[in-house]
Amino acid sequence: MGILEVKGVGKRFGGLQALSDVNLSVAENTVHAIIGPNGAGKSTLLNCFVGKLIPDTGSVMFNGESVLGRKPHEINQMGISRVFQTPEIFTDLTVMENVMISCFAHRDGAFRLHPFETVAHETDIIEQAEKMLLDVNMADKRNMHAASLSRGDKRRLEMAMCLAQEPRLLLLDEPTAGMARADTNNTIDLLKEIKEKRDITMAIIEHDMHVVFSLAERITVLAQGTPLVEDTPENIKGHPKVKEAYLGESV
Amino acid sequence: MKILGLSAKDTRFLLIVIFLTLATPILLQPFPEGSGLATFNAGYPDLMQRFAIFGIFAIGFNILFGLTGYLSFGHAAFLGVGSYTVVWMYKLLDYNVVWGLPLAVITSGIFALLIGFVSLRRSGIYFSILTLAFAQMSYNLAYSVLTPITNGETGLQVYSSDSQVLLGASEPTTPHFFGIVMRDNFWQPNFGGWQFTFNNGYYFTAIIAIIVFYISLRIFRSPFGLMLRAIKTNQTRLNYTGINTRPYTLAAFVISGMYAGLAGGLMAAMDPLAGAERMQWTASGEVVLMVILGGAGTLMGPILGAGFIKYFENIFSKINDQILQGWFSWMPDWLSGLLIEISHFFVGKSWHLTLGLLFMLVVIFLPGGLVEAGQRIARLFKKKPPENGGKGSDHHPQPAPHVAE
Repeated sequence: MGILEVKGVGKRFGGLQALSDVNLSVAENTVHAIIGPNGAGKSTLLNCFVGKLIPDTGSVMFNGESVLGRKPHEINQMGISRVFQTPEIFTDLTVMENVMISCFAHRDGAFRLHPFETVAHETDIIEQAEKMLLDVNMADKRNMHAASLSRGDKRRLEMAMCLAQEPRLLLLDEPTAGMARADTNNTIDLLKEIKEKRDITMAIIEHDMHVVFSLAERITVLAQGTPLVEDTPENIKGHPKVKEAYLGESV
Repeated sequence: MKILGLSAKDTRFLLIVIFLTLATPILLQPFPEGSGLATFNAGYPDLMQRFAIFGIFAIGFNILFGLTGYLSFGHAAFLGVGSYTVVWMYKLLDYNVVWGLPLAVITSGIFALLIGFVSLRRSGIYFSILTLAFAQMSYNLAYSVLTPITNGETGLQVYSSDSQVLLGASEPTTPHFFGIVMRDNFWQPNFGGWQFTFNNGYYFTAIIAIIVFYISLRIFRSPFGLMLRAIKTNQTRLNYTGINTRPYTLAAFVISGMYAGLAGGLMAAMDPLAGAERMQWTASGEVVLMVILGGAGTLMGPILGAGFIKYFENIFSKINDQILQGWFSWMPDWLSGLLIEISHFFVGKSWHLTLGLLFMLVVIFLPGGLVEAGQRIARLFKKKPPENGGKGSDHHPQPAPHVAE
């Protein structure tokens, strides 16, 4: 029984069957990659996990509970964090404040009215956030405005924000999209480090095969809205069906 | 020095605000009576009261608009609700404002809860339009169907036939606070041509303004305030960080509605009248202008903006030909005539033009409002590099620059 169990998920947009009968099981404490050519339905599938889309058919269970029909913030509080294709951070706030918001969300839940406490007096939150920034090597940038960070640092910050919540499942939507090779390698190292340091399950949607084969322990190949194969990276590499899906014909 | 749970910097800031507020009757009276520039004196009770009241209105509006970015075009509705509540308490109980003001805060809070609950289902322009629609509805209802409560066009006022069950025989028959009559002056000294007026009503509103300013300062520095600023920056990220943004925005909406209700109540506390025109959209628009002009999302901005607009409205509008002639009398006739003609566009009835131009200049060149202007000037004087994480600040996050000052 995996931590994330997807059964018979289908989603239709007008005339387009984006997903049909997707079955997927992500085992706890693994890195599971979902790959596939453009338009295979990777992002649609991810959006079904986080509450942005509700599938027409099937079920998505996280840790034994259904996520369907729940709002994004509820799903997040269940223990699923998400990294976006373009880093989504609070650009008007400082790096430190960005991470502190995650710490507050982790401690206080979806809503807490605390207008007369003072942020500067929340020593446990501040300590937590500082530790998190050290973990991603951004402690020296704590007082910078998040807007002024480089793309790579924004990614790091977003990762720190997700990890500060101690999620059980981290979803990554093309974490290296649009990055230079050096930045991509940094991100791979960061993700490896994260994986080593804590018990966390990751599901990665990725285009870049270099990233996929450096990180993934399991790979699901999606093509035209259905899973083609699921296997270990070694077996996927030489799989004829995968080559066909990517190159249009068997090589 | 630190007081009331504030940092040393905020304490200093609060003390400055307290000093400025309490010294207003002196500070706004820089020119001796009878001099040519006496027109620019603003230290008379009526105007000072308005500074404080609109300051409160703008401080509250800033908690919603400045922090969350939700632009409400209907906050005047709460102003009206506050006024009506206070006048009703005069009619039913007596002229002591102690009954009406807390109730005004509560009723406007309930109103804000209802309007906010519906309006906050949408964001951006749709939210603005919904709030505008609600406010205009309230305004039109106050004029028509709700006449039994609002007394329609005449406006709500106290009549001798009203019950006023608590009214004692020796009690003042104008608004008062346990016998301190709002319209009375407690000291009117004259120092060699300088005339100062210390008015009960002004100090009553000023003390309330200081208290609510302190509350807004605490909100700005709280985790709640941090969440509100996060909402303005990126609601998507906040949702995917496990935060339900709706109750946060609703709380901000209700708090700002309560501030508006308090301001409306104070208006009726200074002058025992309440009219529907207080709820009109122009009044809602005015507070938006105040906050943007002063600097949205800053602590001092709304107060500066409110002061600026009320000053223009009251001082520039009363500069008439006679005053202009007095100023230019030493010039040759043709020149003074020309200058008076030109001035006609900017002062007297045309004060709106001056304000409009000023507003445009601020929005184009100083998006951070008057506060940004102040910060730029301050930077010119001290060209120090910003201190970055000294020893003492290691364990305290620095406030983001845009909410400081």
